[in-house]
Amino acid sequence: MTRYVMTIDLRRCVGCQTCTAACKGANATPPGIQWRRVLDIESGEFPDVRRTFLPVACMHCGNPPCEQVCPTRATTKRADGLVAIDYDLCIGCANCVMACPYDARSIVHEPHYAYGDAPMAAEAKRFDPARVGVSMKCTFCVDRIDHAERSGQTPGVDPEVTPACVNSCISGAMDFGDIEDGASSVRHLLAETQHFRMHEELGTEPSVYYIWDKS
Amino acid sequence: MKPSTPRAAALAAPKQQRNWDWRAAANFICGGAGGGLLLAVAFAGIETPAARIALLLGLALIATGLTCVWFEIGRPWRAMNVYRHFATSWMTREAVVALVVFATGGLALLTGMRGLIVLAGICGLAFLYSQARILAANKGIPAWRHPASVPLMMATGLAEGAGFLACVAAWFGAAGSSWIALVLVALVALRAWFWKSYLVRLDDDGAPDEALKVLHGMSSRLLLLGHAAPAIAAALAVSGAPGRGGWLLAGGLLTVGGGWFMKYTLVRRAAFTQGLSMARLPTRGRGVPGPQVKPGWKSIQGAKAG
Repeated sequence: MTRYVMTIDLRRCVGCQTCTAACKGANATPPGIQWRRVLDIESGEFPDVRRTFLPVACMHCGNPPCEQVCPTRATTKRADGLVAIDYDLCIGCANCVMACPYDARSIVHEPHYAYGDAPMAAEAKRFDPARVGVSMKCTFCVDRIDHAERSGQTPGVDPEVTPACVNSCISGAMDFGDIEDGASSVRHLLAETQHFRMHEELGTEPSVYYIWDKS
Repeated sequence: MKPSTPRAAALAAPKQQRNWDWRAAANFICGGAGGGLLLAVAFAGIETPAARIALLLGLALIATGLTCVWFEIGRPWRAMNVYRHFATSWMTREAVVALVVFATGGLALLTGMRGLIVLAGICGLAFLYSQARILAANKGIPAWRHPASVPLMMATGLAEGAGFLACVAAWFGAAGSSWIALVLVALVALRAWFWKSYLVRLDDDGAPDEALKVLHGMSSRLLLLGHAAPAIAAALAVSGAPGRGGWLLAGGLLTVGGGWFMKYTLVRRAAFTQGLSMARLPTRGRGVPGPQVKPGWKSIQGAKAG
């Protein structure tokens, strides 16, 4: 049984936002909408202060609250662990937005462009009317994962079938793969390190692991 | 002067939700009161003309709430898709129950049959329960997902229903007004108790600071105007004080107003998201890991996840 997960090594992330830009380029999200973000968190009190970068997006939960509340079955949990949205079924009720404890979902009710009311040529070319008025979020670059089925490539190993953010990461902080595959790099990483999953206490079983120290 | 931009750190803190506006709030406000009113009519035993008016009002309230939601959703012409996920979605269940409410309520309205009025009342209760569970199923909003929100939403729906029934009874000068006023006092007291219990439990279990600030900020006004005042007015109606009908009407209106104020606050103003957090800070710099960081939440010793 396949379950795709992402690991993010917080020790390595430098907050460059390359993954944010790569996601935006790969998925053509409208202005103001970022499926992947890197938060810059300052904590502590002087002189004991810290600055930490926290990349966040949809956690592709094993027990997704968004899927449970969705009245249309537009949001589904796939057999490979990805949480997907069928834009043709979604009614844009925003119940999933409220159910997600990771602020991962958004709805754009009207088309927005970077400069004024008219799209630039690149925006017009990639504009998808199906994504207006419906819920959207990070897909783990699902089209690439699906392509792996046909091409025989391995997500997390072959860049063509690996999420754009992971490919773009300059510090090697992000990794992706099948946690059920004993030979996968994510499996090895998790075995060798200490990690947490965000808001795990809510029972969502997120598929994104944050590495914070060696084991 | 350069305009200030939000600091990236602020993005991790809980934010007031912006996706469900007054139209979604109106569904909980009107729908809950409508469901409660249908139940109140079913067991009040009032005369047929008054019962019919109350039934009509209950159905109209539910219809108003659902219409508001229809105007809010992103793809209104696909609204029928809402019936596709009965297995786990309380929104689907609410939509299914709404159909049964309108069927039974409509028939009760036409025929005036006692059995149908009772059936419509039970369906009204189911509608109210569905709405309470819709809120509680939203794990992204700590003030909603707390288990204590369900009895609170139920209690206010029942109190508002009794409040509307008191208004109708006062209007018609119904003979059973004393009994209705007595039930109104009891339901207002019950709502006050569930409100206090909700606040205490939310404090104990944890919620975003801003949400607690909003809820505590409105609590004294709610207790005074939404609970004490209607209870006194209804008690005066029970005691047979002069202007009894007026006291009953005032008690009913204040009960409804208090409940609507509370629900609007809960759905809009106190609806702060979970925010993002780190269970541990990574080993960087000095080479030692740091403690948990959870912006926008008070550090509460021994508190649960909230």
